[in-house]
Formats: sequence, C-alpha cells, structure tokens
Amino acid sequence: MTALQRDENPAGIHLPLDPLPGHTSRGRLERVLRRGEFAVTTELNPPDSADPEDVYNRAKIFDGWVDAINAVDASGANCHMSSVGICALLTRMGYAPIMQIACRDKNRIAIQGDVLGGAAMGVANMLCLTGDGVQAGDQPGAKPVFDLDSMSLLETIRIMRDNGKFLSGRKLTTPPQVFLGCAVNPFAPPYDFRPIHLGKKIAAGAQFAQTQYCFDVPMFKAFMQKARDLGHTEKLFLLCGVGPLASAKTAKWIRSNVPGIHIPDAVIKRLEGAQDQKKEGKQLCIDIINEVKEIPGVAGIHVMAYRQEEYVAEIVDESGVLKGRQPWKREIRRDDQIVAQRLDHILHDEITETQVDMVKTAH
Amino acid sequence: MSEQQPTVTQATLVKKAAPKSDYKPADVSPQRRVQRTFAVRLWSIRHSRLLEWFYSRFADVFLLLHPLWKGIGYSRVEAPVKFIEKRVKGFMFDCRMCGQCVLSSTGMSCPMNCPKQLRNGPCGGVRANGNCEVEPDMPCVWVKAWEGSRNMVHGDKILTVQKPVDQSLRETSAWLRVTAQAAAARETARNPGASA
Repeated sequence: MTALQRDENPAGIHLPLDPLPGHTSRGRLERVLRRGEFAVTTELNPPDSADPEDVYNRAKIFDGWVDAINAVDASGANCHMSSVGICALLTRMGYAPIMQIACRDKNRIAIQGDVLGGAAMGVANMLCLTGDGVQAGDQPGAKPVFDLDSMSLLETIRIMRDNGKFLSGRKLTTPPQVFLGCAVNPFAPPYDFRPIHLGKKIAAGAQFAQTQYCFDVPMFKAFMQKARDLGHTEKLFLLCGVGPLASAKTAKWIRSNVPGIHIPDAVIKRLEGAQDQKKEGKQLCIDIINEVKEIPGVAGIHVMAYRQEEYVAEIVDESGVLKGRQPWKREIRRDDQIVAQRLDHILHDEITETQVDMVKTAH
Repeated sequence: MSEQQPTVTQATLVKKAAPKSDYKPADVSPQRRVQRTFAVRLWSIRHSRLLEWFYSRFADVFLLLHPLWKGIGYSRVEAPVKFIEKRVKGFMFDCRMCGQCVLSSTGMSCPMNCPKQLRNGPCGGVRANGNCEVEPDMPCVWVKAWEGSRNMVHGDKILTVQKPVDQSLRETSAWLRVTAQAAAARETARNPGASA
C-alpha cells in the first residue's frame, strides 16, 4: 500500500482533515502556512468545455509542486467553467482548491449559497475578490452586479463561519469551515493607502492574501515594509504573485491592456535583449521569486502562469522555494491499481458480446 | 505610458462588430460616459474639510428641526426634501441616491460613482495615472477619496468597514433618515429606561 501522505485523511483523499486547534478550516493550505512552511499556490486555467477530464488534466501538471490551486471565477470577465464546478471536480480528486468568488456576477443571495455549497463539497479555502469590470471581458453588455464588494464579502463569510449566521441573521445549522483569503495589489495607486487598505481587509476577516503579479521588487519591498510596520504580516499570510512573461511583446500588451499590472521598463528591456524570450521570461520569474522569498513577512508565492502552466513545476523546482518539501501529490490508490491491472484490457479489447453469449458463459 | 499601442481588447472587438450609428448617447453605460467632466465633483473633494464642517452644522440644524419634521410627518416631508437633496448632492457629488450616504467616511467622494460601486476601498485595477479601469477618463473615485479624507478632521473614518448597500433604501432621503436616527438616539440617551 502506498504510504499515507502528510495532510491526508486516511479514510479517503477527498475527505476533510482532522480539525486542529487554532485552525479555522480543515484544509491543507492552512496547515502548511500555520506550520511556517513556504507555501506555493497556482491557478488553474478554466476550460471552455463541459468535460471533467479537461479539469483533471490541467490539475495534473501541478501534481506534487503546489499546495493549493486557485479555481478562478470568470477571470477577466470572460466566460469559463464556474469556480464552483471546478472546485467540485478538484475536491473529488483530493486536491486543495481555493475557490475564488467574484462580486461581479452574483448577488449576496447567490454568493452565500455558493459558500455553503462549496464548503459542503470540501472546499477549505475561499478567496474574496471584487472582480474585473464586465467591459474587460467577452460580454461587455452584461449587467455588472457588484452587490457586495470584496470587503463586505469577506465579512459576510466570516460572519457565516464564526457566528454561524447568514448576513440576514438567520441561523446556519452547520457553519462553513473555511480559510479566508483576499487579493492585494501593491502596484496600483493610491500607493500609500494600499497597506492601510490591507489592514481593513484583515479587520473584515482575511487570513491570507495573494498579490497581483510582482515585477517590481523594490516597490513590493516598500509595500511589505509598511505592512510589517502596521503589524499586518503577523495576522495574515501574504503570498506574492509571480509569473513568467512569454515575450517582450506580451509584456507590452499586458502593460497597456490589463489595468493593475505594473511592468517596469527594465523588465521589458531585459526580455527584448534575450535570445530566447520565453526562457528569459521564466528565468526572470525565478529571479523575482528568489528576491521575494527573502523579504520578511512573505509566507509563500502564488504562481500565475496563464497558458504556460507546464512551466510552474520547473519554476518551483529551479527556484528551490520548497526546500526539498513535497506538497501533497495525487497517487493511484492500491485498490484502483488492482482493478486497473485486472480489467484494463476491457478498454482496449474489441470484443462484442451479445447477451446470449453472456448467459452461456455465465453457466 | 509613453508609447501609444493600438489597444485591441475583447470589448473593442465587440464594439466594432456593433452596428454603426450617429446616435451616441452619453451617460447610459460606463463605456459611454467619456464626454463628462468631473470638475464639480473634484472641487468638492478638494474642499472636503470645508464641506465636512458645513455638513456637521447642517446636520445639527436638521436635528433642531426634528419637531417640525415630526409635526408635519416624516413621510410627508420626504418627497420635497428628497427633491432638494437629489439636486444638491447630484450637482456637488454626482450623487446616485443610494439612500445611505457615506460621504463623510469617504473623503466627500461618492463611492456609488465607482463603476463597481465599491464602498470599502479601491479595486486592484486602478491605472498608473490614478484613473479608473472601467472609465479610463474618470479619476478613480477611491484615489480621490483617499486624498479628500486626508484633508478632513475625521478622515480616519475611511478605515471603518462599510456594510453592503441596502438596495431597498434607494431613492430615499439620507438626510431625513440620519436626522430621525439621531433624534431617536438622543431620546434614548435622555431617558434610558423607556426604550429598553
């Protein structure tokens, strides 16, 4: 039998872990962070299909390299498989998803329902986002909902978890046990308000935060300095967002088209000067990780490699942030292996059995 | 942004595919509000301290008039007061009549003008020049709110976490609601036993 991995329920990989004192969720990510280990999270590119295999295959590339996978909620206001759907599939397979909830598409009634549904499926981490405006996506004519904002969403889920109540005050019979996250963008104005704004999010209930892409390390350092001075890093685990740029052209495109991502000229120059821009983009990402991981108060990294997911493992490996630790990895169970050994042939054999034949062989 | 790259977003493609017409209405959707100016709104934010002082006097006067409002009936004065409130705040702050005014906590910058109607701080999409992600020509409501709050005496009220908007209070007078609530609070302070 395969040895039981750390942070795994012996009764089944899809089941929540035993509750621990001081933990609000029964998930893997909170355990990793509270043990003081450097956490790695990543983002799953949501498929435009109804095939569960698409989700499983996209999650498989991260096996053994990340502690949690973000299930994005129509990122950039583009239609994709929903984050609830992706989470349902991922939890079945034992992965630790971070369910993103954007306020753009759902009002408070739908969101609170999704929180309960997600928690019931075994989602232990939820990331509260405001969401991009509808103008950014493929359906600019949609109605922007924005009933809650990221702050009131955090507070809503915190009230559901800690007080066992809906926003209306109605009681829950079983409150959702979740680890609450928020997003931070230290690279957009008003710069001096951003660390204070993070404090507001902590007050509202945030326990971990993932930042926007970091390409400007000095700017990030200045932000972290202020966050440390305000005492935020003791109350919240901050994961720095990083990612590889495919080329100088993509970098320029992102800079002029995606608001909120700050790419300094030096980065673009470095990419333009390189022979193999894709490789240089990856190296740049590794260099940034190596700088960022030394900053006090940084509890982990969030690797966003949109359409370059295959690089995540390499980036994590080459930057050495895991220090030899192997995050939970999906393995085929022993009983499944036996079934596969004995019955795998039926998938490949071309035998057409009629019911008459089957009756004959049965006797 | 020195270089001017042709920006082809998904929204641009959709807009291009839409049928062409000479009729370009302003003020109906976030993308079409580009012709507007924000001069008055920005003046109010620059003078947030003055307006804060003025509003606290004004609220006192309104509270002083509580017996009058009560005499006529709050429901009966609602319509005329709302009429004036809507015009005045509409001119000064581009008020959207959410009915639960938080101007004094947001540096006199109305958060309902944010295309995402954020009441607790800026989103992550603020442009490097401090303008809005959705409406590129509008200064971000929350960048301005932060600036405005720094001028105010009670500017740190920007740090309180605001509750989500109660949509059922839309198009009602915030002035009268605040006055009635303050009067009720004063009443209970005077004779604490009565309301308990």
